[in-house]
Amino acid sequence: MAEKVLMKGNEAIAESAIRAGCRFFFGYPITPQTELAAYMAKRMPKEGGTYLQAESEVAAINMVYGASAAGARVMTSSSSPGVSLKSEGVSYIAGADLPCLIINIERGGPGLGSIQPSQSDYWQATRALGHGDFQMVVYAPSTVQEMADLAYSAFDIADKYRTPVMILGDGMLGQMMEPVELPERRTELPEKPWATTGHGNARPKNVANSLYLVAEELERTNFERFERYAQIKATEQMCEQVDCDDADIIVVAFGASSRIARTAVRYAREEGIKVGLFRPITLWPFPADALSATCDHAKAFLSVEMNMGQMVDDVRLVVNGRAPVDFYGRTGGVIPTPAEVLDKIRQINEGLGE
Amino acid sequence: MAQAEEKLVYERPHSLAPVVTNYCPGCTHGIVNRLVAEVIDELGIEGDTIGVSPVGCSVMMYNFYNCDFLEAAHGRAPAVATGVKRVHPDKVVFAYQGDGDLASIGMAETVHAATRGEKITIIFINNAIYGMTGGQMAPTSLPNQVTQTSPYGRDVTTAGYPVRVCELLSSLDGVAYLERVCVDSPKNIRKAKKAIKKAFQNQVDGIGYSLVEVVSTCPTNWGMTPTDAFEWMRENMLPYYPLGVYRDVVAEGYANAAEAAAARAAACPIAMAENPQLDEIHAALPSKAKVEAAQAAVPGLNTPKEGGDR
Amino acid sequence: MEEMRVVFAGFGGQGLLFAGKVVAYAGLIEDREVSWLPSYGPEMRGGTANCSVTVSDEPIGSPLIMDPTALIAMNQPSLLKFEETVVPGGIILADTSLITRIPERDDITVFELEATNMAEDAGLKGLANIVLVGKLLKETGFCSVESIEAAIRKAVPPRKAALIEKNLQALKLGMEG
Repeated sequence: MAEKVLMKGNEAIAESAIRAGCRFFFGYPITPQTELAAYMAKRMPKEGGTYLQAESEVAAINMVYGASAAGARVMTSSSSPGVSLKSEGVSYIAGADLPCLIINIERGGPGLGSIQPSQSDYWQATRALGHGDFQMVVYAPSTVQEMADLAYSAFDIADKYRTPVMILGDGMLGQMMEPVELPERRTELPEKPWATTGHGNARPKNVANSLYLVAEELERTNFERFERYAQIKATEQMCEQVDCDDADIIVVAFGASSRIARTAVRYAREEGIKVGLFRPITLWPFPADALSATCDHAKAFLSVEMNMGQMVDDVRLVVNGRAPVDFYGRTGGVIPTPAEVLDKIRQINEGLGE
Repeated sequence: MAQAEEKLVYERPHSLAPVVTNYCPGCTHGIVNRLVAEVIDELGIEGDTIGVSPVGCSVMMYNFYNCDFLEAAHGRAPAVATGVKRVHPDKVVFAYQGDGDLASIGMAETVHAATRGEKITIIFINNAIYGMTGGQMAPTSLPNQVTQTSPYGRDVTTAGYPVRVCELLSSLDGVAYLERVCVDSPKNIRKAKKAIKKAFQNQVDGIGYSLVEVVSTCPTNWGMTPTDAFEWMRENMLPYYPLGVYRDVVAEGYANAAEAAAARAAACPIAMAENPQLDEIHAALPSKAKVEAAQAAVPGLNTPKEGGDR
Repeated sequence: MEEMRVVFAGFGGQGLLFAGKVVAYAGLIEDREVSWLPSYGPEMRGGTANCSVTVSDEPIGSPLIMDPTALIAMNQPSLLKFEETVVPGGIILADTSLITRIPERDDITVFELEATNMAEDAGLKGLANIVLVGKLLKETGFCSVESIEAAIRKAVPPRKAALIEKNLQALKLGMEG
């Protein structure tokens, strides 16, 4: 077993990505993802890779487009306002079926917002970050270890399905240090026969493109892409369940807010309340199958988020009227406390007795 | 009876695909597309070339060429080309952009790719109008030029002045070569081809960022016949956008853009300081010779210098 | 062992983030759950800086500490900002080289230590942070002496390895203080 080290979430993502074979990083400075880019600036030249500080977020994501089409494992990272700027490029990347990793270390919004941790980009990430018919795989780690693990496997998923993948973190997870065991270095990477590498007079030309002027052609490529999405939905849903088996109340929370919810659930269990934590690890595809199964016994759901109530939409879609779905959240960069969540759980529990 | 000997005087360049383009009759895109293809053939680099097409009338260029191609978002071609070139520093990467793409929505990408000294080639078509969307004012539209969105003529008091791209970029240290040409006559077409060839050769030789601006026409949106359009271009555009070489570090006596930049910064202590840390990083990078040796060892990756059958 | 939640607070440049890292590493070495969370943003540049360190046997929920069991305060504004948050039964370590007004709460224990002066007098300028870590260890016994020493060796970056010895001296000073 590799030695555990203390690392910031931002740094763990960066190191893990390098170990996954990522040698190209294009970004633009923004708080609170700063350490990620700084780590890459330090490490990439020593790995024979490229760290390039682009003139803008827009340029950075388009460099990712170019490097991905050229066959490389490539990533960019930013925080909420910067991710909005990247949305153009993300749409083109999805439209051209190119793999890449995009990191969003969220801060409060809208607008310039705050620089404190937030989860208010859930809709943006899961409802398609950019124009057009597309989705991307979105991971929501809740520990530094998980940030490292998901950054590593995200490249495989991106390559397998030829899709952009996002890791949705926040300022708290990015800035905090926890013990982490880093993955082994990848020595072999998948072949990319579709890449625009120069045909070397040895194969027909490759083209990276999202333009289809004939409507039926575009419809066909969108149908094909959504067949891949169906596969992703069927096989890539991830979640963690804590004490859900006998729970009357299921608290649903992801990322940083799931840590607070976990503490609140522990306190509530100590009070004898039958409550569990359901933590989506993939936000898209939403772990609908596992959550739906809890409806067999759960009498109430509570979505806890660091926003005004975004994931709660997906919880309601899955629960589909089988039980009441409540919401508790703080926004603007305010982090809810376990005590606040515990109060909400108690309230719901009292309601169940009636 | 003696067989008449067949002499081939003109054919489609190998790197140009046998397809019908979407260009209007009399449009200069067709000429410049062909010149680029001829240069690719003559340099024997089709297998090593990766093109980037813009948004605008030449958006479909990826269909017109036989080399690998990417289609970029509006204005982002230099950023996309940067991404490709950083992954494949040994390949030839070019972007082809119009004036709206390069000098308006993509100005940041244009200026920064140039100042970074990306070793890419840019072919810039300046016809002073947005063609694809139907004739709107461009960043290079002339004062008083009537377009769909400057119906009373470009009003410099509200719309400002046109951008002279070669002049603007000539101040940047990352730039190796800038030339403005036009394609209104066989003589000028030959000059344009020479410039385009140089811009590609510079990249093959690792000299630095090269851009060729082609002062062009848009008969359709200008509302003129092709010959009238050329006449209008000569009368109005060339005085505003004088033809000529705006930067050529090799002609100035430098080996490449980096050497020219160093000469310019000679009086700046930090810019000229020794940097052993960077020296170490650069020394660890695979040299061109090492890359070529590694490629030679892989069957099928060799690129013949002339043409090439597939 | 009880969960220990420490807030380190003071001016930027006093080495509070590093002190927190030493405590977190000590927890890691003893194979316990640990988290370290800094305040970040413009407040880092001047003003008060702080970090939250939790050492626990349970998976750690929020790494942001709102109810510390211990507060290490290295200036008056930080003490004022955080003294009310300390849980009853908790402790405050106050660097009285820089703090004049001491909290009057009777449900917590306040340890006064002229850490900055002690460090300077001992030729350990700038290591008041580690003197206070020594004091924290003495008063809470949250880990073994071997673990905290090993933590210092781990937390000091290789290019500053020459400072390890001085850090160990500062630690000892605090443990005796």
